[in-house]
Amino acid sequence: MMSKEQSFREVFDRYRWDEVLESIFSKTKEDVELALSKEKRDLEDFKALISPSAKPFLETMAQMSAQLTKKRFGNIVQMYAPMYLSNECQNICTYCGFSMTNKIPRKTLTDKEIIKEVEFLKKKRYDHILLVTGEAHKTVGVEYIKNAIRLVRPYFSNISIEVQPLKQEEYEELIAEGLYAVLVYQETYHKEEYKKHHPKGRKSNFYYRLETPDRLGRAKIHKIGLGALFGLEDWRADSFFTALHLKYLQKHYWRTKYSISFPRLRPFTGGLEPKITMTDRDLVQLIAAYRLLDEDLELSISTRESENFRNHIAKIGATTFSAESKTNPGGYVVEPETLEQFEISDERSTEEIAEMLRSQGFDVVWKDWEKSW
Amino acid sequence: MTAPLKIADKTFQSRLFTGTGKFSSSKLMREAILASESELVTVALKRVDVHNEEDDILSHLNHKNIHLLPNTSGVRDAKEAVFAAQLSREALGTNWVKLEIHPDPKYLLPDPVETLKAAEELVKLGFVVMPYIHADPVLCKRLEDVGVPCVMPLGAPIGTNKGLKTLDFLEIIIEQSNVPVIVDAGIGSPSHAAYAMEIGADAVLVNTAIAVAKNPVEMAKAFKMAVEAGRMAFESKLAPVKRSAEASSPLTNFLDDE
Repeated sequence: MMSKEQSFREVFDRYRWDEVLESIFSKTKEDVELALSKEKRDLEDFKALISPSAKPFLETMAQMSAQLTKKRFGNIVQMYAPMYLSNECQNICTYCGFSMTNKIPRKTLTDKEIIKEVEFLKKKRYDHILLVTGEAHKTVGVEYIKNAIRLVRPYFSNISIEVQPLKQEEYEELIAEGLYAVLVYQETYHKEEYKKHHPKGRKSNFYYRLETPDRLGRAKIHKIGLGALFGLEDWRADSFFTALHLKYLQKHYWRTKYSISFPRLRPFTGGLEPKITMTDRDLVQLIAAYRLLDEDLELSISTRESENFRNHIAKIGATTFSAESKTNPGGYVVEPETLEQFEISDERSTEEIAEMLRSQGFDVVWKDWEKSW
Repeated sequence: MTAPLKIADKTFQSRLFTGTGKFSSSKLMREAILASESELVTVALKRVDVHNEEDDILSHLNHKNIHLLPNTSGVRDAKEAVFAAQLSREALGTNWVKLEIHPDPKYLLPDPVETLKAAEELVKLGFVVMPYIHADPVLCKRLEDVGVPCVMPLGAPIGTNKGLKTLDFLEIIIEQSNVPVIVDAGIGSPSHAAYAMEIGADAVLVNTAIAVAKNPVEMAKAFKMAVEAGRMAFESKLAPVKRSAEASSPLTNFLDDE
């Protein structure tokens, strides 16, 4: 009954989307009260906390989440900056500005251009960087990424990537070069709908993507970032599966840290309208539910979110912020005019965001890792 | 009826494991063990004459419901433990071994470094290794990584009957473990055993508290009932202890009505 699974696929295949959804929607007020009163919560409690029955408890959840966050993280918020290296992509993703069929000029940064962008971000004090590419094996394959890590390593204490899923050995190579974290979002855990949103390219292989965090765990990565893209399918069911994935990974790859991101579908040129909208209220409920499930979890909020939302969410439970992000390769200085992956919402400068956080009593942390480790 | 417990290739109906030490006679030991309905009974290799079929302890344990779990009590390091396990496999015909390495003769506290080393080697040699360890969550994960089918953290120093002194750490171990967690050592009364089961331990091992009771047979029955009650309560999901959140200035008023 308690055997060690080989990959998350074995766990995942025991669940059915419709049953999960039904189970979440059948949670009652009593289930929510029970979940709130517990010291340690499980995934059934998480379901109750993200269910419609928890809506009247939102303020209580936010208060509890705020207390737990303060207890575990104190009064700090960490800052990071994304840096897009390339918009070349061989995948078709219905919701993405870089999708292969989108007729946009393609651009991949050269070494010189990477350094130019780096120098801009360093002036802004950033010390944690997230390198982002599309999936194009000839131009931005593992060799390109390795080279990029080598180039930026002297400038940053902490390097993360958000690129195509790689093999375990490839991750091991990149970790040896100084890679700290990998962000890999499943987009949606709805297997059939996933196929519709990813009809072509390597990304159309649902299970290969699903098992990517297993490969990362085996490669002993420091941190894995998980998430679902909200707007494709029901956010509650997708969040349950994300939490299930998280709990599985924590048990199997216990040396690794985890973070959760909450990307909501944003407008972009030639873009898809969200099938399901997730309101600000929903997102606050979800963030508080994650904090109540796991008080150590890093919760990351990007510039996809509005000023008003970002002004209030650190107090409730978010621990990591980006600011002034550009979602196009060379967007900071090299070629600010290239097409973005999506339009950001909070356009305030890094300084303004830092000041907003400080005015709420937060210390803004730029460096929280030592690269010589 | 509570769920059975599976460890390696064996399935146990009883979640109470027992031992053979400290009984006033082998006959009483047998009666108490049968009364406990325990199916896994640990026996110290150092106490038995493995080459003698007439050995007093071994002959009293000869029963279809009793699986023997030889333990390495008395060894001081990994090398000796591996040797002891091999000896027991040869003589007793079982590849199950309770790995106990406690070089400290006073409190008999287990040596984590030697235990991990021995566990890794014994797993490679094909043993079903049940390691007796301090309630150390990281050590439990390290042992899981080398392939042990369960972990046996202690509740209190062996033979002390002090109960679950390591409670907070046992809870972390139970939360994190992918393998069954058996609370071993320190359980002095049926209420301790029931509590261990209520917090989600998969089984408990009790020896001294039964052997040293005025009436070991009745005490064995009491532990059997306590373990069953605790497990049943765990499976039935205990009602929560009520807590309330403190009020402070509102955090969600910024949300527009949607």
